[in-house]
Amino acid sequence: MPMQDATTAGGAWLVLALVVPVAGLLLALLLGGRGAQRIALLALPPGAVAVAAVVMHLVESGEAVVYQLGGWPPPLGIVLRADGLSAAMMAMTVVVLAAVALYARADFSAPSGQLESRRPFVFWTLLLGVWAALLVVFLAGDLFTLYVALELVAFSAVPLVCLDGRAETLQAALRYLLYALAGSVLYLVGAVLIYGGYGTLDIGRLAQAARADTVTVIAVALMTAGLLAKTALFPLHLWLPPAHAGAPAAASALLSGLVIKGSFFIVIRLWLDAFGSVMTPAAAQLLAALGAGAIVVGSVVALQQARLKLMVAYSTVAQIGYLFLMFPLVLGAASAGAAAAAVAGGLLQAISHATAKAAMFMAAGLVYAALGHDRVADLRGAARALPLTIAAFALSGIALIGLPPAGGFLAKWLLLTSALESAQWWWVVVIALGGLLTAAYVFLVLSKALTTTAEPVVITPVPRSSEVIVLALAIISALLGVAALAPLDLVLIGRAEVMSGAR
Amino acid sequence: MNSATWYGLVGAALAGIGLYGLIVHPHALRKILSFNLLGAGVFLIAGVVARRGAAAGLPGDPVLQGLVITGIIVAFAATALAVALLLRLAETAHTASLAEAALDRQREPVAGSDPAGGRTGSTG
Repeated sequence: MPMQDATTAGGAWLVLALVVPVAGLLLALLLGGRGAQRIALLALPPGAVAVAAVVMHLVESGEAVVYQLGGWPPPLGIVLRADGLSAAMMAMTVVVLAAVALYARADFSAPSGQLESRRPFVFWTLLLGVWAALLVVFLAGDLFTLYVALELVAFSAVPLVCLDGRAETLQAALRYLLYALAGSVLYLVGAVLIYGGYGTLDIGRLAQAARADTVTVIAVALMTAGLLAKTALFPLHLWLPPAHAGAPAAASALLSGLVIKGSFFIVIRLWLDAFGSVMTPAAAQLLAALGAGAIVVGSVVALQQARLKLMVAYSTVAQIGYLFLMFPLVLGAASAGAAAAAVAGGLLQAISHATAKAAMFMAAGLVYAALGHDRVADLRGAARALPLTIAAFALSGIALIGLPPAGGFLAKWLLLTSALESAQWWWVVVIALGGLLTAAYVFLVLSKALTTTAEPVVITPVPRSSEVIVLALAIISALLGVAALAPLDLVLIGRAEVMSGAR
Repeated sequence: MNSATWYGLVGAALAGIGLYGLIVHPHALRKILSFNLLGAGVFLIAGVVARRGAAAGLPGDPVLQGLVITGIIVAFAATALAVALLLRLAETAHTASLAEAALDRQREPVAGSDPAGGRTGSTG
């Protein structure tokens, strides 16, 4: 059965969801300076409405929402296509973006009456850039649009690393850029080879025609290697900790919460959608083995960090590993239902990590702003001075560890169940060990912060609104397990033909 | 050996040299140049693959030409961004190396004036 290519009801919302951030970006560039912040904040409500409309149309029709650009059908034309996976990722992106934007008002404001500086302007335009680029990643229906989207993500993300212009951050940004560039060239050569082999780059058409020949294997290997460099999967993670830890807190939240999910999403498209039928479980085992390496190495190194932000950054390295555990569980699943549960588990892990890690980075930023340092050893008394912030840190930690009712719990539960059902017990060991190590570094921070001191800790006051926003995002991540019971079905919408093609 | 095979091999060799340079050299400018070499190799390979369109009576497959043109624009923009970052790095830290030790070496003469640890992770 060919995939749905024609524009469906609600397809126009896909275009609107993209137009809002792109128009905001262009306007912000035109108006410059103080306008950028106002435009970014004003763009968020209509952007959220467009995404909500897409989700509603998806749930109502039970099928993917499609928009054909210019009325040209593939393979000549390109389509925007939102299935359940894209809808869930889009919704997550908007929620995290809104929290980061509200939080960043305190750090990146350009009040009138003062000289305007470049920092706020650059931050708000790049925030719009990350938003637009990620939506293109989630909506693109062909491998080449995905390439362009990947580049947009990288170009928006790299300057976020070096917003304060210190030498260390410039070096981290340059290293990140070079990793990203190498990754995209590898992706591009893979796309070229696939076009040479199949004569199309449309994901639906590739899924129909997929065959396990040399060209496909080499092309997918090259593209995967490139995407792993961008996602910072162990052992290609070396650029991530200095880049994510050195950036200002709001930028770190964007980078760690959202940006790395972009390239991860393309790995899903490649491995499960386009070439799901020819991918062998053995190849997926390799991918998940790298993930297991990331979990162990990232967590152990995180435990050794003396500084809170670096610890949170290494925790990202570890949590990325979890995302890749889904591949052998999906491809080795005994039934379509089991595969679907594994997909849902992996996706939920991505969403849960995005909200929890964004909240955690912003909480770490508040701790730094209040105490003037982020040395884990000197956090005594922080909980009394900053109760809301430390509560937010604890809640997002709970989500990362995977305790109920957090989204991370449901995600790990789904992954554990499908690992047991498909008799891949070794991933059960990895998931459990990773949870223990995560608990170790979260409790290390909390036990310090909750220790009382004789005299009260002197702090620089931080805006109460920022604390409340971080806490709200942390609460969302800690309650995602309850809310996410419904989206289990949501993520499968519009994927029936893709997944049945794969089995 | 026909010309397509020849171009393909040259493209592969260029890509190989570029990838090697990108991984091995600690100097950022060499890395940027290696990236461009890698890009040139990949574009050449794309040109060879485009020859498959020749069967339809076209001089080359237009889709791949579109891919290559976009790729060239992206590589150009990326190089500009990388060079801009490199210039700022050279201005700030007087080094163009990506090795972490390079920063410490540059900092030594002014040790004490900059509390190196104190400012990492500023929230703005």
